[in-house]
Amino acid sequence: MKKRVASPIVLLGSRLLSPYIMLFGLYVIFHGHYSPGGGFQGGTLLAASLLLIRISSGRRISRIQFSDYLTTPLAVIGVLIYFGTGLTALLAGGYFLDYGQLPIPGLDAPDLRYWGILIIELGIGLTVMAVLVSIFDDMIRGED
Amino acid sequence: MKNFIQFFLIICFTGLLLFAAMDLPYRGEAGNQMNRETSITGTEVPGNYYVQEAYNDAHTNNMVTVVLGDYRSVDTLGEQIVIFTAGMICFLLLRKHEEEEE
Repeated sequence: MKKRVASPIVLLGSRLLSPYIMLFGLYVIFHGHYSPGGGFQGGTLLAASLLLIRISSGRRISRIQFSDYLTTPLAVIGVLIYFGTGLTALLAGGYFLDYGQLPIPGLDAPDLRYWGILIIELGIGLTVMAVLVSIFDDMIRGED
Repeated sequence: MKNFIQFFLIICFTGLLLFAAMDLPYRGEAGNQMNRETSITGTEVPGNYYVQEAYNDAHTNNMVTVVLGDYRSVDTLGEQIVIFTAGMICFLLLRKHEEEEE
């Protein structure tokens, strides 16, 4: 197998492009209430910005940005955010995933549903991002 | 000969699809089955409620987000667990295999 040398030009271009993709991913998640988008699409964009650094540089540099031991706990946290939101509504007296019963003071039921949808979109985005990066890390494990 | 058979099959399939597309209703017509408030059997369809009450229920402009996140939220929880399970399967299969080789 040929020895590969990381190109500084490719790395610089990726470093320039990656924060903007990440910002656009966050925009797609948080603006999903008003435009097309949501957790799945925004999580994929966040994973794209992380994978761009992983492809252009080696594992040694990309581990500084986002460690590969961090992916599985983040995926679990994303699922737990979604499930915990539903369980909180269940324990507060409503149905499972009935956001109108969330115990946040000072909001009526439609606004509680608004924030509940936002919370679960964050959980979905976190899980999708972590799982995509985790699959990439698993597949390149034997390469270098 | 093989190319001729493939070409003939493509022609036949195109004709079949065009024949099937002749009966499709026009887009946006009010009398279509998908735009009616009751189904064929006479029961109320849920889409009618979603279109009318989505903003009042969740104060969210995007109706698709309300259907995905609120009305069908258990379905979305299942989708998220499917993605999580796929990641866990890759984690178990690929990493275990790599440890055995060393």
